[in-house]
Amino acid sequence: MDAATATPTPRAKEYKSGLNPVWCPGCGHFAVLSAITKALAYLQLPKERVAIVSGIGCSSRVPAYLDVYGFHGIHGRALPLASGLKAARPDLTVLVAGGDGDGFSIGGNHFLHACRRNMNLTYIVMDNEVYGMTKGQASPTTQPDWVHSKLTPHGTGVPRFQPAAIALAAGATFIARGFSGDPNGLTQLLVEAIQHPGFAFVQALSPCQTFRPEQKEWKDRVHPCREGTTDNHAEAARLLQLDDGMALGLLYAQHLPVWQPKPGAPTSLGQIEAEFLQ
Amino acid sequence: MDTQLPVDGDQGLAVAITGSGGSGAVTAGLILLAALARAGYYGLLTRSAGPQIRGGESAAMIRFADRPVACMGDRFDIFVALDWNNVSRFVDEIPLDAGSLILADPAGGPVPEPIARSGARVLEVPFQVRARLLPEGRVNMVALGALGAAIGLPLAALEAGVEQTLGGKAKAASLVETSIAGVRLGYGPGGDSDAPLPPRVLDRWNMSGNEAAGLGALRGGLGFVAAYPITPATEILEWLAPRLERLGGALLQAEDELASVNMIIGSSFGGVPSLTATSGPGLSLMMEGLGLAVASETPVVVVDVQRGGPSTGIPTKSEQSDLNIAVYGLHGDAPHLVLAPLDIRDCVFTLHWAMRLAEHLQTVAICLSDQTLGQSRALCDPPTPFTGDLRRATAQAPEPDAGLPYRRYAASPDGVSPMAIPGTPGCMYTADGLEHGPGGTPSAAAVDHITQLAKRADKLTGFDFGPHWGEVFPAEPGTRPATEHCIVTWGSAAGACREAAEQLTRTGHPTRVVALRLIAPLQRQALGAAIAGAASVLVVEQNHGAQLFHYLHAEQALPREARSLARPGPLPLRPGTIVAAVLHPATQEV
Repeated sequence: MDAATATPTPRAKEYKSGLNPVWCPGCGHFAVLSAITKALAYLQLPKERVAIVSGIGCSSRVPAYLDVYGFHGIHGRALPLASGLKAARPDLTVLVAGGDGDGFSIGGNHFLHACRRNMNLTYIVMDNEVYGMTKGQASPTTQPDWVHSKLTPHGTGVPRFQPAAIALAAGATFIARGFSGDPNGLTQLLVEAIQHPGFAFVQALSPCQTFRPEQKEWKDRVHPCREGTTDNHAEAARLLQLDDGMALGLLYAQHLPVWQPKPGAPTSLGQIEAEFLQ
Repeated sequence: MDTQLPVDGDQGLAVAITGSGGSGAVTAGLILLAALARAGYYGLLTRSAGPQIRGGESAAMIRFADRPVACMGDRFDIFVALDWNNVSRFVDEIPLDAGSLILADPAGGPVPEPIARSGARVLEVPFQVRARLLPEGRVNMVALGALGAAIGLPLAALEAGVEQTLGGKAKAASLVETSIAGVRLGYGPGGDSDAPLPPRVLDRWNMSGNEAAGLGALRGGLGFVAAYPITPATEILEWLAPRLERLGGALLQAEDELASVNMIIGSSFGGVPSLTATSGPGLSLMMEGLGLAVASETPVVVVDVQRGGPSTGIPTKSEQSDLNIAVYGLHGDAPHLVLAPLDIRDCVFTLHWAMRLAEHLQTVAICLSDQTLGQSRALCDPPTPFTGDLRRATAQAPEPDAGLPYRRYAASPDGVSPMAIPGTPGCMYTADGLEHGPGGTPSAAAVDHITQLAKRADKLTGFDFGPHWGEVFPAEPGTRPATEHCIVTWGSAAGACREAAEQLTRTGHPTRVVALRLIAPLQRQALGAAIAGAASVLVVEQNHGAQLFHYLHAEQALPREARSLARPGPLPLRPGTIVAAVLHPATQEV
C-alpha cells in the first residue's frame, strides 16, 4: 500500500476547512495536518463520519483546520473526551491530536489509561519538546539541560518522558513514530494507525522553528527503525529502552481485545421500575 | 411481651436499630422497612455508620406512618441495641426521652450512661440466648421479631419482609428459613402474631434517593454515563451500570473526575444524553470541564450527592454545603442550571426534568442531592413523571446546493441553535472552548464574545420553567395561604421544614414552606409571589455558611428582615430546631 501516491476520493485538500492556521512559518504541524488529510483521503472516509478531538496548544488547533466534526476541548483532556465520544458512537472514526505538554504532562494520567483501555482511537502527538503557545517553556520531553526558558533557567534537571516506552508499558497496542519532514512516511503510519483495531499511538516529531530552532537538525538525525515492527511485547520493551528517540516507523503492533461497551440483555424501563414495587 | 407502643398514624413511630459492624443492624432495618410496606405503611429509613469500610458501629433509623414521611422527627420511640459496643456514639443522632423504649439484651451489660440519661424505659430481651436456640441463629433477627411485636406489626408482614429482602441472596432458602425462625423467637407469644395482613398496597414504592436519581435520569433518556467512584454517590453508578446497558446505553468507569466529565461531554457531542455522578471533591475537579460544556453548548448533567466538606470532610454524612460551588464555581461568565430534589421520591422527577432541560437548552445541569437523600430509602407513592416535551434541537443535512454553511452557534430568538450530530452530512463543525463566532470558528472579536455570552445567558433566563421551579406547602391552588410565617428552603431540608410548618400551623402559627427545586437561574418573580404576605421569612439550610440565604440576598430575592437558620452536618436538621427558630427570632440571627 502506498498512501502518498494513491488517488482517493474525496481528495486530501477537501478535508481542509480553508481556515488559515495560527502556526508560525516553518512549523512542522503544517505537514502533520496535510498527512492527516492524505490519510483520510486514502481511506476514503466520508467527512461526516470522522471526528477529531484535541486539547490545548499549538497542535491542538488542528480540528478547526479540518472539514470533519471536531472538538477543541480543554488542556490535557482530549483523550477522555474522545473516549466518551467513541464509547457512545462506535460508528465514527475518532482521531485525537495534541502536543507533548498536553498529552504527557497535564494529560499524562489520561494517556496511561487510554493506552490500557485500548479503545479504537488514533492518538497523534505532535512532539516538539516545548510549550509553544505559552512561548517556550520546557515540556516533559525537553532535555533536562535545556536552559532557554526563563521559567527553568538552569534547565529542568528532570529526565525526559519516554512516550513510546511508556505507551508500551501502559498497554498501547500500536506504537509508531513519524516525522513532519517525512510526510509520506507519516501519512503511511496514520493510515495504518486508523486501520488498527485498538488504541494507536503515533508520536509525530514536529519541529518548533520559533522556540527550538536547533530542531532543524532533526532531518539529519532521524532514521528508520532498523529492527522493523515487532508484535512481541518483551522485544519491543528492549528496543524502546535502547531507542534514541529518532527511530521512525511502526515500532510495535499487537492485536488485543478492544474496549467497547457491551450491550446487556434487552429490557424495558417499565420492567426496571417494577423492581421498586412493594 | 408486656409492652406495645401504639402507632400514631399521622405522626408515626420512629425506631432505631443499632449495633457494632457486622451485627446486621442495617439488614434488620431493611427487612423492617419491607415489612412495614407489606403492612401498608409509608416510611423512611436513614442509616448511619462510622467511616470504617467494615466493622464500626452502624444504625438504621426508621420512621413510619399512615402518610408519606417527610423526615426523621425530633425523637425516637424505640431504640434497639443489638449490642452496646460504641453505640453511645449515636447519642446525638438518635434522641431519646422518658417516653422512649430501649430494647436490649441484658447479656450485653447495662445501658451505657449517655443513653440511660434520657430516662427511657428499658425492656430486656435475651436476644443472644434465644438466637442460640437455632443453628446459625442471628441476634438481629431475634431483635427484629421483638421490635415487630412491640410496634404491633403482624408476624406475617415480618416474614414477608424477610423473604423480600433476603430472598435474592446466595443460599437464600436456608438464610430465609433461619431468619424467619429467629424473627418468630423474638416475636414471642405476646405479639399480634395471628393478625391477618391487610391487602397489599399495589402502588407503594421502596427506593433510595440514589436509585431514584438513576431512574429519573433513565426516564430523561440517559444513554451514557462516565464516572469515578465516590461516597456517597457510588450507588447511583452501581444501580445504573447493569440497567443502562440493558436499555442500549453504557457506563464507563473513568480514571478520575477530570476524565469522567470530559467523557460525557464527548458522548453528548455524539448526540447521546449523558450524565455523571459525584460528590463535592469530584465536582471541584470537574469545574473546568463544565465550563467547556457551557462554552461549547454541550448538554451534560452532573449529580452531586453532597457530603460534609470541605476537602475529604465527613464523607459518610450529609450536608448541603456545595450550593456555592454549584452556583458560582465556574470561571468566566458561565450560565448553567442548578437544581435540587426535595425528597427521595422527587429525585426521580428532578433528574428527569434536569436531563430534559439540559438537552433542550444545550447546557450544564448540576443536581444537588445529598447523603441524606441518596442513602436513605422511602416507602412512597409512585413518583410523578415529568410530562413536558423538551428535546435537543438537531440540525439536519442541508439541501444540496443550499449554499449556506452550517452555523452551529447562530443567534436565534430563544438562544438555542440546532446542534448537528456527527454523522450528519454537510454540517461538519468544530465545537470549541475558545470563544467563537456563529460558525464555531475561534474568535477574539468583541462582537462575537458579547453575542455568544448573551446567547448562552438569554437561553436560560428567557426560558419558561413553568411551575416546577419549586413547591409551596401547604399547596392551595389559586391562592397562596395567608400565613404568618414563611420558611424558604431547598433540597433535602424541605422535609424537616414541612414538618416544622405543620407543627407551627397546628399550634396557632400558620406557616408555609417555599422549597426551591430550581436554584439557578433563580425564578425571582415566582419566589417573590410565594413569599409575599408573610410577616417573617426564615431561610433554612444544612450548612455553616448560610449559602442559600446569601445567594437569595445577592439576587435581591428576600425581604431585608429575612433571617437565616443554617446548621452544618453531620446531624440532620430537626423539625423542633426549625420551630424554635421561627418562634424565637432573637436567638437565630446570623
